[in-house]
Amino acid sequence: MSNQIDWATVIADPRFQTLARRKSRFLWGLMGFSVAYYFALPIGAAYFQDLFKIRIWGPVNLGLAFALSEFLMAWLVAFYYSRVANREFDRLAMEIAMTVEHHVGG
Amino acid sequence: MKDPKVYFGLLVSLVVGLLVPFGVHAQDAATGHFRWITFAVFASVITLTMWITVVAARKVRSASDFYTAGGGISGLQNGWAIAGDYLSAASFLGIAGLISQYGYDGFMYSVGWLVAYVTVLLLIAEPCRNIGKYTLADILAYRNDPKKMRVVGALSVITVSTFYLTAQMVGGGVLVKTLIGIDYDVSVIAVGILMLVYVLFGGMVATTWVQIVKAVLLVIASLLIVMLVWVPYGFSLPAFLTDIVGDAKVQVQVAKLLGDPAKSMTAAELGQRFLEPGLYLKAPIDQISLSLALVFGTAGMPHILMRFFTVPTAQAARKSVVWAMAIIGGFYLLTLFLGFGAAHLVGPAVIASVDAGGNMAGPLLAQYIGGGPESLMGNFMLAFVSAVAFATIVAVVAGLVLAAASAMAHDLWVGVIRGGEHVPPHEQVAAARVATVLVGAIAITIGIASKGQNVASLVALAFAVAASANFPCVLLTLYWKRCNTNGVVAGMIVGTVAAVGLTLISPNLTYPKVVRAAATKVLDAESAKRQAIAMALQSADATEIARATKESAALDKAVKKAHEDLLKVEGQETSFIGLEKPAFELKNPGIVSIPLGFLAVILFSLWRRDSRAESMWDEVYARQITGLRAHKASQH
Repeated sequence: MSNQIDWATVIADPRFQTLARRKSRFLWGLMGFSVAYYFALPIGAAYFQDLFKIRIWGPVNLGLAFALSEFLMAWLVAFYYSRVANREFDRLAMEIAMTVEHHVGG
Repeated sequence: MKDPKVYFGLLVSLVVGLLVPFGVHAQDAATGHFRWITFAVFASVITLTMWITVVAARKVRSASDFYTAGGGISGLQNGWAIAGDYLSAASFLGIAGLISQYGYDGFMYSVGWLVAYVTVLLLIAEPCRNIGKYTLADILAYRNDPKKMRVVGALSVITVSTFYLTAQMVGGGVLVKTLIGIDYDVSVIAVGILMLVYVLFGGMVATTWVQIVKAVLLVIASLLIVMLVWVPYGFSLPAFLTDIVGDAKVQVQVAKLLGDPAKSMTAAELGQRFLEPGLYLKAPIDQISLSLALVFGTAGMPHILMRFFTVPTAQAARKSVVWAMAIIGGFYLLTLFLGFGAAHLVGPAVIASVDAGGNMAGPLLAQYIGGGPESLMGNFMLAFVSAVAFATIVAVVAGLVLAAASAMAHDLWVGVIRGGEHVPPHEQVAAARVATVLVGAIAITIGIASKGQNVASLVALAFAVAASANFPCVLLTLYWKRCNTNGVVAGMIVGTVAAVGLTLISPNLTYPKVVRAAATKVLDAESAKRQAIAMALQSADATEIARATKESAALDKAVKKAHEDLLKVEGQETSFIGLEKPAFELKNPGIVSIPLGFLAVILFSLWRRDSRAESMWDEVYARQITGLRAHKASQH
């Protein structure tokens, strides 16, 4: 590869800074939420059994409904993340990449 | 390899030759005179995958083709392939089985396998695609000392793959034996050789398509059965579950699981109890420890990471995880109906009588739905589900072997021994194929050697090592500036040693003294119990006599087991590493070993700073976020 990229310049680019900040705040926030939501299931099943046994829809109890909601949670997180990434992160990344490739003549 | 077709033909005829004669003497779930259906369905599935391999073999020319299908797999295709790679027999048959035996707890267990992909999607998939090339070590080597990274990375990949592979081979051998009745050793060899044919000739292209075909077949089979089970209830969940909790077979199962406390419960309460937690998972901390290993270990599984190098861009990697989550999640929702449906229609006791672990719940349900063991359709359904289970094992094993072979050939041979990328392409492909045969031979050998061993805990151990060693190293390499060679080497060693070491001193192993004490206790109490039973049998009350007869049978069983246990541990005093009783109380080490892995990477990185790793940070950081200069198929 003859045309080297000066990575320090890329990092210093304010658009890169914005992207990195937005992305990491978004990702770790979503990650924290998902992990907390998920571990509420085994913790609840172990220590809050009386709550999990409350019937809400025929024989369906809160525990079963909560377990089913985990699927919804995972899918919604995936949907939400890919929406934001497709619309916002990809566009910013593309802009930065185009500037960089333009500079190095690549 | 002058003419691959010759070898190919030889191997195929070997597999067919092994399967056919043994099938004749088989005793299995399918009734004798319907055996031809089983073979017809198996032959169709195997032929289909062979045809894929023949087509794929023409496309495999470079190392990139072999390891990553030249990066030419689309997001949708890769999503299906990830599902095919991930939904092992343990999840396909095992979770439906657990639900059929233990109800709620079985279903709760399946949730972690899906949530694991949130970690993969948010933190791992895209950066790995942007930084890596063929293997996990490629990611680590980017900013750290390449040789050291390739050695520790490859060793860890081989360790994790071997644990997982052993569990798959043994589980697969037992399963094929139960499903179609061929000998255990022959099953293992057949699975091994078929997998070798796919990987050796078709590389990642064939492996990917075998995984896609398997995932599609799996989803079709499950959908079909669930439709048939659920239609009578007009697709109403409460109506379906009302029938489950009202089922006498289910109530008897719950009473059996609960023991004494069940005596004061009504039939309706017993049925409802099947939908409540606590019938299977009785140690909360152990359960949380396993959940941690699942949720973070999946992101460190080499055969899953490898799938992200097969797509051209980070966007495609993202798309593939989203598809995989839709397929995997949808499949686990179906297992809810498979498991409960099997409990209701077939019955937990019948399922457990065919396979104690409940693994036959899905296949037996299929047979029932088709019209029962005496019908043509019932046997076709059973054969179809069995063939899908067989394809499942082969596809998962193929993915694992490819991952282990890439670590051996690409990281150790090309990267460390031959010193890097200048190695000519034909040698790289040859090395990959030699490594594949080597790993395949090892897998078959271990599979046969571990016959009769309880390997279920090896799957959990594979995830624990991946979560404690691979995951912290990859994550911190991608996201932490100070991370360096020292930290990664320490993290890999500490994570692996902690996970394996804690398992070795855990209750997973056999402790002769503990076993002997339990068996002696049963035998000591025997005569007193016999007297009580004899007294009860004298009584005039019919229910009393029935109860006593039951107790007598249970006692006979317990005594027989106690004698067997005593014989097994005869002359032994300690577990094979020399302990009299477990020194670590949890079966799953994750809750301790994962923090230890992270701590090791952090402390050792800080202890000895590395200017190269830090100066390379800008590049890694910029590349993982922007995807600039990602390794592309078009570069060669």
